Amino acid sequence: MGQSDTRPQSFQEIILRLQNYWAEKGCAVLQPYDMEVGAGTFHPATTLRSLGSKPWAAAYVQPSRRPTDGRYGENPNRLQHYYQYQVLIKPSPPNLQELYLGSLEAIGIDMELHDIRFVEDDWESPTLGAWGLGWEVWCDGMEVSQFTYFQQVGGHDCKPVSGELTYGLERLAMYVLGVDHVMDMPFNAPDAMIPLSYGDVFKQTEEEYARWNFDVANTDVLLKQFEEAEDECQKILDLEHVDPKTGKRIVMAHPAYDQCIKASHLFNLLDARGVISVTERQAYIGRVRALAKLCADAFVQTGAGGFVAEEA
Amino acid sequence: MPDLLIELFSEEIPARMQTRASEDLKKLVTDGLVEAGLTYAGAHALSTPRRLTLAIDGLLAQSPDTREERKGPKVGAPDKAIEGFLRGAGVTRDQLEERETPKGPVYFATIENKGRPATEIIAEVLEKTIRNFPWPKSMRWGSGALKWVRPLHSILCILTDEAGTEVVPLDVDGIAAGDSTEGHRFMAPGRFSVTSFEDYEAKLKAAKVVLNPQDRAAHIWEDAKNAAFAQGMEIVEDQGLLREVAGLVEWPVVLMGDIAEDFITLPPEVLQTSMREHQKFFSVKNPKTDRIEKFITVANRETADNGATILAGNQKVLFARLADAKFFWENDIREAEAGGQKWIDSLTNVTFHNKLGTQAARIDRIAALARAIAPTIGADADLSERAARWAKADLSSEMVYEFPELQGLMGKYYAAPAGHPVEVANAATEHYSPLGPSDDVPSAPTSIAVALADKLDTLTGFWAIDEKPTGSKDPFALRRAALGVIRLVLENGLRVNLDKLFDAQLLRHGIALEDDSAQRTALMADLDGEIASHGVFGAAFRTILDHFDGDLTKHLEEVKAALPDTSDNLLAFFHDRLKVYLRDQGIRHDVIDACLAMPGNDDLALLVNRATALSAFLKTDDGENLLQGFKRANNILAQAEEKDGVEYSYGADVKFAEDDAEKALFAALDTAEAAINPAMEGEDFAAAMTAMASLRAPIDAFFEAVQINTENEIIRRNRLNLLSRIRQICLSVADLNKVEG
Repeated sequence: MGQSDTRPQSFQEIILRLQNYWAEKGCAVLQPYDMEVGAGTFHPATTLRSLGSKPWAAAYVQPSRRPTDGRYGENPNRLQHYYQYQVLIKPSPPNLQELYLGSLEAIGIDMELHDIRFVEDDWESPTLGAWGLGWEVWCDGMEVSQFTYFQQVGGHDCKPVSGELTYGLERLAMYVLGVDHVMDMPFNAPDAMIPLSYGDVFKQTEEEYARWNFDVANTDVLLKQFEEAEDECQKILDLEHVDPKTGKRIVMAHPAYDQCIKASHLFNLLDARGVISVTERQAYIGRVRALAKLCADAFVQTGAGGFVAEEA
Repeated sequence: MPDLLIELFSEEIPARMQTRASEDLKKLVTDGLVEAGLTYAGAHALSTPRRLTLAIDGLLAQSPDTREERKGPKVGAPDKAIEGFLRGAGVTRDQLEERETPKGPVYFATIENKGRPATEIIAEVLEKTIRNFPWPKSMRWGSGALKWVRPLHSILCILTDEAGTEVVPLDVDGIAAGDSTEGHRFMAPGRFSVTSFEDYEAKLKAAKVVLNPQDRAAHIWEDAKNAAFAQGMEIVEDQGLLREVAGLVEWPVVLMGDIAEDFITLPPEVLQTSMREHQKFFSVKNPKTDRIEKFITVANRETADNGATILAGNQKVLFARLADAKFFWENDIREAEAGGQKWIDSLTNVTFHNKLGTQAARIDRIAALARAIAPTIGADADLSERAARWAKADLSSEMVYEFPELQGLMGKYYAAPAGHPVEVANAATEHYSPLGPSDDVPSAPTSIAVALADKLDTLTGFWAIDEKPTGSKDPFALRRAALGVIRLVLENGLRVNLDKLFDAQLLRHGIALEDDSAQRTALMADLDGEIASHGVFGAAFRTILDHFDGDLTKHLEEVKAALPDTSDNLLAFFHDRLKVYLRDQGIRHDVIDACLAMPGNDDLALLVNRATALSAFLKTDDGENLLQGFKRANNILAQAEEKDGVEYSYGADVKFAEDDAEKALFAALDTAEAAINPAMEGEDFAAAMTAMASLRAPIDAFFEAVQINTENEIIRRNRLNLLSRIRQICLSVADLNKVEG
């Protein structure tokens, strides 16, 4: 490629290189999902597409929100809003580790000088009813990615198994660019017409959201919205599979899953506001998991989920 | 005889599973081979992060032929029976042989099994092993159904003899066995073929893979020690970490780096824990300052810049980690300087156990019990309560939230800034002790009071909700807690009546289960007041219960009804633990039983003094013979009592003594009693038993000279009453009936 011989200059260049790399390897480069999520895994391109028998290969950037991690933009690596880069390939190819290492080279990590290690880390998402085995990948002692072979999602066995790669983009980029504080990281090229740092783009929003997340968000409203999302999700899935208007078989797995995502994010906000006690926490997680399972059940009843209508 | 080499090559195997897995591979394969008739000379198991290897030498080239003779039905038996026999033996009718037996002619079958080539057997055994491998957790990958710890990429399986090397034909779900493997992922990519174990090991080494995990660990340790020594430093030993790190690398390269000046002032335990848990670094200590000033990391490769980039990266990660730790430390110190009340308050939101309430309620109970215990063990009551209230405050600190294993230790560091004296600081760490049978037991009175209260509260709590350990299940480590109490009491020579403490704490648990918080507070205050004025020896709980005569709430009714049983059951549990503990110290179970039967058996120190004295006594000649004398007296007496239907305990009178030996025994008993009684008063069991030993000769002489059952009824009764006196004196020390032999 030639590109990997040079070191990237900015945050966005690292993203662009990952996009190019995975596009070249045959992934569909998708765009971020247009809802608030806690991690790239929540994108339906991962959660739902990892279910059922149909092959799939997608890569995308996903803005992720973790309200409790907000530090008013002051902590060198903690943010309430950050980016994950996500790759999901089903079935997992036999050379997935090599493909992954190739992506590190593409963003300028010289394999001859660095120490890359696959360290046991089993992944589990209690809110998604999902688990898998894999590693956290270390580069010189720093965790740069999560590498997982999905075994179960929404309570369903994954057959075939998807391989999932998740890169924490800020942390990885800070390492590659040699930056100590995230806000100092060049967002675009330092010699651009208007050079912008990560702080120019996000310092103010980190402050605004930290204040809102921790102290202002109306918990009564959030609680109500949580219940509404939960309710709506179940209602959508309770409907007949055949649409009375068009006569088509339409299982609304995605609209229902949107409500599940909403409920999950509302829970995170409530958690940040400190209104959920330790015992209640488990109960809320269980409620979101129940929705995720319903959505998974519905998705495998759709075409994308591998459902084939029987000939009449 | 051929040698077998097997390698299962996969993506990275978790370090903690490698050793066990290579041993499992060895066991499953060798067991399978032997079962199929293939014996071997030796086998060894090896592993790296990407492979499990098994080398077997001196294997039979084929299994031996076997011949088995089987007796069948009688000649002329129904066809059905004969056909059944033929099916079972796998022979045809014309292969049967008729033989004469004492019961007439009978069919015999000879079953011959030809030996099978080793390759065939190995292929079967290995496939079965792979498909049924006992990984703690395994997974599927791609579109396959095969399970392995991580995707399995290749199988090397070769049989080597003088004639050459042969690949064992085998295919597991599309993975065909071959004679090739891979070296180091980065330093020597690509596959290569091997012809034998020696060839394999040498080629791997050339391809930058050290096959033997022990070699890797030894190499790491040697290099790390030298690197530290060269700078006048020493590594903090950590065998667990060494094993783990040896399982993370195929080509270990030791690198030493600095800890930034900013962090050297953090407590060494914090540095060590953070580096070990997050980064798998070894800590390097400067013996002159006694501080951890450097770290050692182990990379998995050599680089052109001699690891400079790798070290710089690791140092940077460590900086961020320690910046976090320092942030926690500074926040915690600030909180401690404000008194730490916020920590204690926040424990009201933390559940200890869903049936036993919050951590805060637990601390209240422990504090009350520590206060009650204090005066009985020479500790200050106020200080003990204060220490108990501080002991678990650090559970809310940021550092312990991050590193749970630092609980107690952080409480100790934070005690001084919070204005607590050194006794309180030490109790924060020491009240968790002893954790295991070899852990040190605290000896400071304040620490002992809190340690006892903590453990007794846990035990009584789980007894109150009937969550006792069963069989191998002991999820709340209650056996360990009981052993902790035993060691605290015995090793400090404490005199504590556990029974009363159980009662008081069970009542506190009962009160804590009350729904009505006002009543809860009132009852708790009543109880603590009662204990303050009468001590735990007072009938505290009954007094409280009497306040509510006929008007008790559900929980207290239950407590009242169950309390004596629960306390007794818990005491019996302690006695069981004590038996285990004393058995390890060479005291027989029957000796302990003899002492358990005596009053005051909830005073463990008393119990053990008695048992130790008795055990020593029974090992002497006098002791052994006295025991025989006692048993003889007791048997005769018991028979007579049963026959006569009376109990002989009226006191013998010396004026009816006829024989000299009889008179001498009277005198000896008087002398012994005069010595034994004050000795028992003073709990000097050894002295009591020495006095008892003086009875041996007179008792022996008495039995030698005197016939108990004489015709003169008065004399007979007097002699029986004399035996009764022997019995009484002996039983005053321990229940010798329970001693065997």
